[in-house]
Amino acid sequence: MNLSVKIGKLTMQNPVTVASGTFGYGEEYSRLIDLNQLGAVTVKGIRLNPVRGNSTPRTTEVASGMLNAIGLQGPGVDGFIKKYWPFLKTLKVPAIINIWGTTVEEYAEVAGRFDALGGVGALELNVSCPNIKEGGAQFGTDLKLLAQVVAACRKATKLPLITKMSPNVVSIAPFARAAEDAGSDALAITNSYPAMAIDIETRKSKLANVTGGLTGPAIKPIAIKLVWEAAKAVKIPIIGMGGIQNAEDAIEFLMAGATAVAVGTANFYEPQTPLQVVAGIRDFMALEKISDVREITGSVQA
Amino acid sequence: MLEQTVQIVSNERDTDSYFRLVLSAPQIALLIQPGQFAHVRIPPLKDALLRRPFSIFQVADDTFSILYKTVGKGTNALSRMCAGEEVSVIAPLGHGFTVPKVGGEIPLLVAGGYGMAAMYLLAQRSPQKGIVFVGGRRRVDILCEKEFAALGCDVRVTTEDGSHGDKGLVTQPLLATLRTPHSALRTFKLFACGPTGMLKAIGKIAEDFKVQAELSMDEHMCCGVGVCLTCVIPVKIGDGWEYQRTCTEGPVFDSRDIFVETAK
Repeated sequence: MNLSVKIGKLTMQNPVTVASGTFGYGEEYSRLIDLNQLGAVTVKGIRLNPVRGNSTPRTTEVASGMLNAIGLQGPGVDGFIKKYWPFLKTLKVPAIINIWGTTVEEYAEVAGRFDALGGVGALELNVSCPNIKEGGAQFGTDLKLLAQVVAACRKATKLPLITKMSPNVVSIAPFARAAEDAGSDALAITNSYPAMAIDIETRKSKLANVTGGLTGPAIKPIAIKLVWEAAKAVKIPIIGMGGIQNAEDAIEFLMAGATAVAVGTANFYEPQTPLQVVAGIRDFMALEKISDVREITGSVQA
Repeated sequence: MLEQTVQIVSNERDTDSYFRLVLSAPQIALLIQPGQFAHVRIPPLKDALLRRPFSIFQVADDTFSILYKTVGKGTNALSRMCAGEEVSVIAPLGHGFTVPKVGGEIPLLVAGGYGMAAMYLLAQRSPQKGIVFVGGRRRVDILCEKEFAALGCDVRVTTEDGSHGDKGLVTQPLLATLRTPHSALRTFKLFACGPTGMLKAIGKIAEDFKVQAELSMDEHMCCGVGVCLTCVIPVKIGDGWEYQRTCTEGPVFDSRDIFVETAK
């Protein structure tokens, strides 16, 4: 039975990774799950310099999901390499480094910092964070800027590039094609949905940032549709994500057209989820007599 | 830190809206340090997905317990669970209190409401029993007074409505103790858990009387293990500050490091 998949030139031993921002830098969860059983470990978004992040409250629970507006708090490239890379490089599975910037130039500068480390699996370009004033989603919702960012990063690194797409567009197909044409090796679909929740006693938003990003099972059907639409528009592989709680959810993403999947919000409440998804995909393949997981990709009869 | 599905031994009302949940968890019980917490997934919550963090109250044999107040849908659902049912817990988590050493400072424990829950193990494991100051709004908010007394602690109760103990705030008898003339001859250390306003007041008292204070902070949490960065508070670093995680660097912080003025 083959579970391995390729994302550009990156080989994953199985099609399951974790969504950036839900898994820290890997080490935090290493005491609860065996990271070497994952397809890849995807770390929290990093820009050039350290980022303090937004004021609190930063998250709030909503029906079948949560809102977050963390503001990409992080150690910057140098801090990441010093504090977190020594652990990540000991893993047998590849690390996918999520990066972002506030200008095209900064994206490219950050992208260029990881080739020399040796052992980085891929870079994921975050052009879709809804919670920061500059950078993030402004790049993912403007076709021209998206193409510029991807092209600039493509020039800056030889590592596989995954572009993490914003859901906040009228149609994802042209954005998917723009990323592909600019040299992206894969797409990650999708990020959180801009959203809001109000405390009716205080008449204030439940988030200091006022708005945040909705994640969790609440967004899964919307994310499935985005993957399905993007898969029809491009030839490059897609990593599907949005509310995956179990193998059935993951298989839906694969059938919609994803080559791999990422578990996100579920890590927060059930850290075993990614490994349960791997086991469940294997069980499904045995039951359905599927010898290669790649046969599932795009197999929806639609 | 372990993630385990554990069985409820008992889940009984204490006073008013306070409950005591006892869980059978031999491996976790062995690891627990005073001031740490457990992150609990409550199965009856269907569309509310996140775990709920609770201070660990007592450890006895193969069990540990949680003393909680019903404040929302999570704790309400938990209060309806019965002995024999199971919950998933990740525990023990966080950086707890420093247990005083033999011959060290005399611990002054200060608790507001269910803040008492976080203090019990510290009192139990501290070689000097010291004084426990417990405050609440009403009589029903004063928890486990007898259990602290049974440990050998001198327990001073205050309620805001005067229905039990002295009328007033928990900081009043604390201040009186620190102001007694013979206090200058003894070295005290403050440990506190309770509402943020109370903890701020204790931070100020610690500064005024030049005593050390360890404060257990209660912040909204999501993952509980340091990845989501929900529960951060500003913490002094050199001349500046940075956001640190209540679930990982905390929940217990030195009072000198927190309540930072953060100019926007």
